[in-house]
Order: sequence, then C-alpha cells, then structure tokens
Amino acid sequence: MSRPTATEPEFAEVFGPHLSRATGDRLDPGVVPDKTVKTHCCFCGQQCGIELLVKDNRVIGFEPWLEFPFNHGKLCPKGVKRYLQGAHPDRLLHAQVRDEHARGGFRPVAYDEAVSRVAAEIERIQSAHGPQAFGVLSGASLTTEKAYLMGKFARVCLKTPYIDYNGRLCMVSAAAANKKAFGIDRAANPWSDIPKAEIVWISGANVAECAPITTDYVWQARENGGRVIVVDPRLTPLARTCDLFLPIKPGRDAALFSGVLNLMIEHDWLDHAFIDAHTTGFTDLARAAAEWTPARTAAVTGIAERSIRQAAEWWGTARTSFLLHARGIEHHTHGVQNCLGAINIVLASGRIGREGCGYATITGQGNGQGGREHGQKCDQLPGGRDIANPEHRAHVAGVWGVAPDDLPGPGVDCYEMLRKVDRGEIRGLLSLCFNPAVSLPDSAFVKRMLEKLEFYAVIDFFLSETARYADVVLPGSLHEEDEGIVTTAEGRVIKINKAVDPPGEAREDWRIVQDLARALGRERGFTFVGPAAILAELREASRGGVADYAGIGYERLEREHGVFWPCPSADHPGTPRLFEPGSTNPVARGAGPFYFPDGKARFLPASYTSPAEEVDADYPLLLTTGRVVSHFLSGAQTRRIGPLVDHCPEPFIEVHAQLASRLGLADGDLATAATRRGAITLRVSVVKTIRPDTIFIPYHWPDGKSANALTIAAQDPISKIPEYKVCAARLTKAGEAR
Amino acid sequence: MPVPESHEFFIDPRRCIGCNACVQACTECDTHKGHAMIQLDYVDRGASPQTVPVVCMHCDSPTCAEVCPADAIKRTGDGVVQTARKPRCIGCNNCVLACPFGVPKMSTGMNLMMKCDMCYDRTSIGKKPMCASVCPSQALFFGTREEMARLRPASRVLNVFRFGNQTITTRVNMLVPGQAFVESLDVLSALHEPAAGNDAAENVLLDGMEAPHAG
Ligand code: SF4
Ligand code: SF4
Ligand code: SF4
Repeated sequence: MSRPTATEPEFAEVFGPHLSRATGDRLDPGVVPDKTVKTHCCFCGQQCGIELLVKDNRVIGFEPWLEFPFNHGKLCPKGVKRYLQGAHPDRLLHAQVRDEHARGGFRPVAYDEAVSRVAAEIERIQSAHGPQAFGVLSGASLTTEKAYLMGKFARVCLKTPYIDYNGRLCMVSAAAANKKAFGIDRAANPWSDIPKAEIVWISGANVAECAPITTDYVWQARENGGRVIVVDPRLTPLARTCDLFLPIKPGRDAALFSGVLNLMIEHDWLDHAFIDAHTTGFTDLARAAAEWTPARTAAVTGIAERSIRQAAEWWGTARTSFLLHARGIEHHTHGVQNCLGAINIVLASGRIGREGCGYATITGQGNGQGGREHGQKCDQLPGGRDIANPEHRAHVAGVWGVAPDDLPGPGVDCYEMLRKVDRGEIRGLLSLCFNPAVSLPDSAFVKRMLEKLEFYAVIDFFLSETARYADVVLPGSLHEEDEGIVTTAEGRVIKINKAVDPPGEAREDWRIVQDLARALGRERGFTFVGPAAILAELREASRGGVADYAGIGYERLEREHGVFWPCPSADHPGTPRLFEPGSTNPVARGAGPFYFPDGKARFLPASYTSPAEEVDADYPLLLTTGRVVSHFLSGAQTRRIGPLVDHCPEPFIEVHAQLASRLGLADGDLATAATRRGAITLRVSVVKTIRPDTIFIPYHWPDGKSANALTIAAQDPISKIPEYKVCAARLTKAGEAR
Repeated sequence: MPVPESHEFFIDPRRCIGCNACVQACTECDTHKGHAMIQLDYVDRGASPQTVPVVCMHCDSPTCAEVCPADAIKRTGDGVVQTARKPRCIGCNNCVLACPFGVPKMSTGMNLMMKCDMCYDRTSIGKKPMCASVCPSQALFFGTREEMARLRPASRVLNVFRFGNQTITTRVNMLVPGQAFVESLDVLSALHEPAAGNDAAENVLLDGMEAPHAG
C-alpha cells in the first residue's frame, strides 16, 4: 500500500503547479540570445516548427519559424508560451523518494541511489512473482527513439509482456480501423491536400482548440470554393462558419455514416470503378447499410433528416473531398466502428489516394503516431510489426540479438494493466511521462490501484499528480533537452533538436532507462551512446515493416523539413500521400494501393450499438469531455505556465440555455455534475452552442476539478480506448439536494 | 528602415477562433514586452463562439492623435500610429475616449497610453508582426495585397469605416465576403444589429431535440 504521504495542498506547496511567467532576461528586449534552435512545439500532434531563443543554457523566448512547411510560423497559445516551461521552479532537479516526514511527502536522494533502489525493487518483485509481475506505462509525447527504447526495455530487459502507453487514450480506435480497412495506420494524406478539396467533412474534431493550425487549411479550402461539413454535439469555433452543421448526439457516429452511405447507394453517388477495382466487401456492406433509412438515422443521431440528406448529397456528388476526424468519434466503446463508418463513405466515393482527396485522423499527442509504430504499444513491435506474428518477431529478435521465443507475447492495454494490479498479477510499475491519475477514466479506481502497487517508480520532469503515489521519482528530461524524431499528424517524420542541457541531476530519459538496465545487470542491448545510435537500430528494426523508417536520418530530416514514412531507403523520397498509384507499399508489392497482399481495401460493416451507459431518470443528461485551447492533456505542463492559466484558469460545465433555465442555473453559477462514479462542482457556462441534452467539461484538471472523476472506464473491445466522450450524468445547482 | 508600403495588415474576423495566440504573442514583441496590445473579445459567448481580435487600425488621420493635447501620439511616415511618447504623454485619457475603434489603453502604472504599434521593432526590419505571424487560422495576416488576392479569392479587402458622419480610412484592412457589395463598413449600425448566424445555430441545435429518443 502506498498512500500519498502528504496531503494534496502540502504536496502542491512543494511541487506545484506554480506558475511561471516571463521575468528578467525573458522580458528584457535588449538581451541578445546566444543561439537560436530550430525545433518543434512540445505539445500536440501537429508539432509546429518553432525557433527557440537560448541564452546561458535557458530558453528565453521564441521566433516564428516561417520556413517550416506545415505551420509557416503559426502557433497556438501553447506553442507561444511553451518556452516558459524551461527553468521552471517546479522542475525536478533531483531524484526523490517518498518520506512521510519530508515536506510534500518526498525527499531528494542521490541519483545513483534512486536508480539502485528501483532496480532492487524490480528484481525483488520479478524474482518473487515472475517477470510479468512488473509493468511499464509509457508516454506518447516521447521521441520515437525513447518510445522504441521503452518497448525494447520492457521486452528484452524486463522480459515482461506488460507495456502500454498513453496513446491508448488518444487515437487507437482510428489506428485499429485503419489497419482493418487499409492495412496501414497513418493519415492517408498530407494536410496540403485539404485546401484542394471541394468538401471537407469533419467529424468529432474541435479543430480550432485541439489542432488550431489545421483551421487555416480548412478555411483555405472554403476560400477556394469548397464546403465544410462539421459533425459535433457542440458548435465549436470552426463549426460556427461551416456550411452544414450536424449536431449529433454523442456516441452515434456509426449510425450517421451508415445513413449517409445508404443515401449514397440509393442515389448512386458511388465510384463503381474504384469499388470494383480496389475494394472488397461492398455488397455485404450495402445490404447492412440499407436498414439505415434517413428516418431511422435521424431518430438515432438526433440530427434533422433534411440535414442528413444534404450532407449525403454534398459528400456524394463532390469531385474531391477530405474527411477528418478525431477523438469525438474515437473515444467510444464502439470507436473502431465509428471510424470504419467514416472509412466506408470515403471508400465508396473512391476519393482517396489522389490529390485533393484524402482521409485522416488528427493525432492528439505530440508523438502519438511515431510512439505507437515502434514498439511501446502492447501488441506491436518496431516498424508497426505485430508481436503475435512469428515472422515479425523473428525480424525484430534478430535485430535485438535475442531468440524469438525469448520475446514475450502481446500484453494488455494500460487500463487492463491496472485491473491486473487489482488482481495482484501486476505488483510493480514504472511509468514515463504518463499521468494516469488525471488522464484515465474513473479516477477513483485508478488512484486505488496506484495505492495498491507494491512498488511504483516514475520518470518525469515535474512531479505530476500521479507521482504523488510513487515510491521513487527519477528526474527526466524536457522536450528541449534532448534530440530525436517524432511523427506528426500528417505522417511526417521530423527532427527535435536539443536547445539546453538538463539541469541539476536530471537526465535524458534514455540515459535513465539504460542506467536501470545496468543496475539490473541486464545491460546487453542498452549501451546506446545517444539518440542517433538508437535511431540507427530502430531503422533496422523497422526495415521492411509497414512503418518503414530505414531511409530516415537526422541530416536528411533537417534538410528536407521532414520525410513522410514509409521511406525504405536513403534515396527514397518518402511517401506523403498513401495509396497513390505507384507509391511504396511493402505489403501489396505492386498488387494495388492498399496494404494487403491483394492490394485491396476492405469495406467492413460499421455496426452501431448505443454507448455503454444510456441516460435514465437518475442520470438524464449526456456528459462529454474534451479540450480547451490553452491547456494540453492532463495539464502537467500547461497548468504551470502563468499566461496559459490566466487564459483558462478553471474547468467549467458548458450547458445549453434551455437546460440551464430548466435547472434554474445562470451563467457563472456553481453546479454539481454527477455520474455513477463521482461528482464535481464547477461554474457553469451557459451557451446556446451545445446540444440541450448534453453537458461538456474540459478534462485537463486533477482531483476535485477532474472530469475523469466522472467518466466511465468502459472500453472499445478492439482498440481498448475508453469512452471519454459519453456517459450518463445529472446536473444540479450546487448546494441543492436532488 | 520604414515598414514597406507593399506590406499591409489584414483582419478576417470570420476566421478568428478565439485561441488567444495573438494576445500571448503580442506580449513577446520587443516594443512593449510583457504587455498585450491586441484585445480579443467574444461578441456574445452565450450565443456564439465568435470572437474578434482588435488591433490598432493605424488610421490615415488618427483621431487619437488629433485629440491629444500634448501632441504625444506620432504617426510615422510609413503610416504606423505609435504608442504615446513617454516624455509627452500626460495620461489624460483623451485618446482612449476618442478612438472610434477603442484601441488605446491607459497603463495606470506607467501613466502612459500604450497601443499596438504594428510591432514596429519587427515590421521596420522586414519581419512580420508577432500576432499575424502566429495566428493559426490566419485571421490576422501581414503581407501584400497580391498575396491576399491569391489566398482569399472568395473575400475582398476594405479599409473605409463609417461612424455616423465620420469616415475613416486605415492602413489596416478588413476582409469581407467577396459578394458583399459594400463600400465601407458602417460600424455604428452594426452595433445595433443582432449578430448574424446565431439564431440559425440555435435552431440547428434544437432541431434534433424534437426527434424521439432512441438508443
Ligand atoms: S500545441 Fe499544437 S498547434 Fe499549438 S503550437 Fe504546439 S504543435 Fe502547434
Ligand atoms: S490568434 Fe488569430 S484566431 Fe487566435 S484569437 Fe488571435 S486573431 Fe483569433
Ligand atoms: S501588431 Fe504587434 S503590437 Fe500590434 S497587436 Fe499585433 S503583436 Fe501586438
């Protein structure tokens, strides 16, 4: 049992979040930086290019990097203020061990002592209970080199099948659907195809707040004469100006897509030549779609029938189109089905694999894409290889110098790992840049499981809310303190450059992991001298796989402003647009554009089932969650940056005016949102831009402000993504008995 | 070096997503480091997420300068209206009250009128203003009219504003829908019109509520 040894306020007093603001050098216009470093934003999956200004080993400001082709200098407020996280007062400068007598519940220890302690505990747990009693939780903001190393560390050094990563909370439903339908998991197109599309269809993506740079691409399409369709329960800032807004009831996207497909079939808005030549399964799918009449689709989705017909007509009759989606359709117990629904209307239109015709999910986390491809996902090995596939295992085992049989099999998703903690199967965990106490659903359960661990070690650069539960914390590195590659939402592999050295006893995360391997006496395979050496091995491990990075090196990435994978050799140009005739395809080998041996895409029924929890008399409202533009994920970084906190200091409950008046709530009143898991009290924001049967709470805050105290831990059976986007809730004016 | 005449500032409020990047970035430019000179407002958050960024419009005949009793507000030869000059500004607030666009702000701490100076530290050496560089949706743009014409074929630019009997032309341009045949923007009458589009949005959201509940 490892209950936090200090109360939350005591912990916060020592470890923050404290707010950093520009002072001193950062405010002095006369200060000349020592150097500028071209790198990328540390936050979302768009990975905007930015130049950091550095003086005396501190990041003191930024300049827009106008030449970087994705964002041309554009940044959201998080990118603008990201430089304030360096030299932050909360920054961990030393390793920490829990100590109930110390202020904040932790006392600093020498780095080596902390490493030995972690190694000793891993050794103890594994010798008593077997290698699988220790698990690893990794992060999706890490460079791909670190993600690769974590996967190798878990499987080769710890010999445990149990590694998973917080990308599980991000876009795995899209990934699973893409693999099922296309055989490959990556955005099919670069964003430069968006402005060329006649129709841009956006489902479940608050583009303006979660991927702000993408708005320019979408609106450029509109300037060029295109139309924009937005499907969302909330009228988001981008939806405000769209041509058609479909205010869907949360969790009904598969039904909408089936309804649209049915209308496409009825009016013969289909590309028969494409369907015949490049796909399988259409006939069966058409039969299944027939039951989605406009009337039934309208009844299930809560969207007016005429709007559904309009959307189907615009989509069906366009010459070029781009469909984008994000967590709004993916965070569901049937997220994979929703994504398959989207893919079906794309394939039926035949508009993929050519200029101005595309499909993509918008990656949420910085390296959600690259982190997944190279081995920290429980069922994948580097190169997007399948850990259960004997050939794939043999290739990677060869590169790693181990016998294929020595590699563990598939593990389980990160939430299931916590259930294994509950059952005593997993007794110790190591986590790297993962804040489950805030980011996982049903946080009361998550915290109980963290308490139940025999041993918990954390590598991080701030002491997050989760680190309160740790026995040992090892001080890791910030984004600007290391180099490596990440893969953006577009599928573009880019280079992160080091701007400053880690302060105090903090270390680059890959060094820490290797130090642990050495302390465990299992050093073989963990003696890389730096990220470049890790990348060299990663390139070999990925060679010939679907996610082939063999031709991608640092110098090239910088020279070319990134390279799109697959890129099998140094003289290969990379693959910006997948499924283009003649594009590299290691699976079909000329048989066709899609990544199956026959080169054909799969039409798969997108079956509709209602969300895990439906409304009832006790919980009559739908709760949905999401982001605000000034914060990132669990807020471990952005809730420490003063100007971002000023912009959005607190979460809120967004309520439609009609519902508010029924409940006697006025804008700014305190209200309590409750679900079967918990209750939190926040101020309400009364608006007319949300469905009156739905309330929205942003999820970036911990404890009493945590939306995840309310969300349900139900998961998609295939992708295991949690259903963050819908559960049953009730809302009452604070202080009022129900 | 003056701000090149070919380079102009353009605002398209329809594109604004209220992200606040411009406000955050404005505090990073050197002329008034740490202070945001751009203002971001919700038109009516209850009704719509529509926001508008407000920068100095750099009027050809700036009212703020005309009413300044201390002659503290300078319009440079390249058409940029500057923050009040420190030794002259007496903090009387006349400019704040007179500017029809509501731009100048009185810094009570410094007893000085401060306002957007089109990032003079940057634009006068060939860089773009901070806010326009970062604006993710390109609601703010700095460049040439030719670039604008190429990038915004469905829009056109307008820099003539009417406030009752006062007509003002500005160095900063607004983008309006290409098919809108207006010669000037009548700001006062716009204030009395309900924000367009909101009723439609509300109806769309209520539409589905009439549908029967279905799982
Ligand atoms: S958070 Fe995303 S959109 Fe914002 S600056 Fe960073 S990478 Fe760009
Ligand atoms: S940066 Fe651009 S989109 Fe964001 S608030 Fe400012 S003007 Fe609006
Ligand atoms: S032009 Fe410069 S000074 Fe004016 S609002 Fe933009 S960033 Fe601020």
